[in-house]
Amino acid sequence: MKKTAEVVVIGGGVSGAAIAYNLAKRGCKDVVVLEKEYLSSGATGRCGAGVRQQWGTEMNLRLSMGSMRMFERMNEELEYRGDIELTQTGYLLVAYNERQWEQFGKNVELQHQFGLDVRKLKPREAREVVPCLNIDGLVGATYCPTDGFCNPFHVTQAYAEAAERLGVEIETFTTVTGIERNNGGISGVVTDKGKISAPIVVDAAGGWSQEIAMMAGLELPVYSERHQVMITEPVDPLFAPMVMSFQHGFYTQQTPHGSIIIGMGEKDLPHDTDVRASWQFLHKMSKLITWVLPPLEKAKVVRQWAGMYNMTPDKTPILGAHPDLEGFHMALGYSGHGFMIAPMVGVLLAESILGLPASLPMDKLDVGRFQRGELFVEPSVV
Amino acid sequence: MDNKIICRCEDLTEEEIRQEIRQGARTLDELKRLTRTGMGPCQGKTCRPMIMRILAEETGVRLEDMVTPTVRQPLVPITLGDLAHEEN
Repeated sequence: MKKTAEVVVIGGGVSGAAIAYNLAKRGCKDVVVLEKEYLSSGATGRCGAGVRQQWGTEMNLRLSMGSMRMFERMNEELEYRGDIELTQTGYLLVAYNERQWEQFGKNVELQHQFGLDVRKLKPREAREVVPCLNIDGLVGATYCPTDGFCNPFHVTQAYAEAAERLGVEIETFTTVTGIERNNGGISGVVTDKGKISAPIVVDAAGGWSQEIAMMAGLELPVYSERHQVMITEPVDPLFAPMVMSFQHGFYTQQTPHGSIIIGMGEKDLPHDTDVRASWQFLHKMSKLITWVLPPLEKAKVVRQWAGMYNMTPDKTPILGAHPDLEGFHMALGYSGHGFMIAPMVGVLLAESILGLPASLPMDKLDVGRFQRGELFVEPSVV
Repeated sequence: MDNKIICRCEDLTEEEIRQEIRQGARTLDELKRLTRTGMGPCQGKTCRPMIMRILAEETGVRLEDMVTPTVRQPLVPITLGDLAHEEN
């Protein structure tokens, strides 16, 4: 392991890998990525793998639409030996009450202003998109055909390998144990394998980001909560788009591989870093999902797992430099939608760290917004 | 090229597994995420011992020191219908 570096990125998930690649691409190649297990072992590799652009705020629309353009040409841009498996089979967001439907209407208006191809569908039309959908109680749905699925392991791997080719060092199975400060700034990062002197640290530690910040003496308004997912064996094509309900908090999609991913955000979860999978989830989830999509009754569940959402008070990420500690940069608090915006986050963090002009103004996503009381309310989060 | 199928659920050959290890994968968890071995209906029950032996040959890590992926329910595939209708 190197003894010094220009930038140390903490976290080998999709964010850390994308930030390291974008730094190196812009000439800052003296970068080390520290990961306590293996690449995408945390939230990235445990996510639902959906990539959507149907958001309700300008910031999230620009982050997600910009990221989608990058996913579309990622195999080529990163010269990846594998395939990131992007499949744009759409997202169908279903509304079960008038208030929600009204919000969807506002979202669609905003989405159209940004040129996103999204349609409002009556229940009958929604069933044309997903023929096996139970439309009992459905008020309406919105459908964006260019949303879809992408493989989080391969996206992370693609960024990591491209970064390494540019000179970035990636240290897996290396645990950060401390962050050293001097005169208002950062002087280095201590790990179980030695110390690296560095003036700049990026906290991209996902579910552990608040613990990393604590090592630098910073308290962040974020916490982690467990979310669970299950997956079936591969079956014949049953439905194409991701189906997602904010009312029930579930999402489900048949992956290009044929297996069906089913996940749900549960209420009142303990705030900790527990990622054990529970039987209760299998029962609850299977009851709900076989009601929404009855043919799923015959599909066999082969596996379940859990991962962490790193939550902020307004369920929108914290991006950029910390005002109280020079050299401490943050890409955290994604609140369950980090993977789908990682390509843009990688660009924005690199620009901000290197003092380059920003591709889009992300200052509204600074950590100071919570103290100023300028919360960023995103209406469309599971 | 050695085209012996090692992972029957996901149709992976011995050569594909060895290639991934030579590209840098060092653990069963990494192999699982990059190649899907152990993600199919058998959940690794058939292929895992063979994958572990290949990993030991390629990396020199002893079998008894190898970290294995977390084993979770369900132990055998079960239909969503059976799960939905069963009482807690």
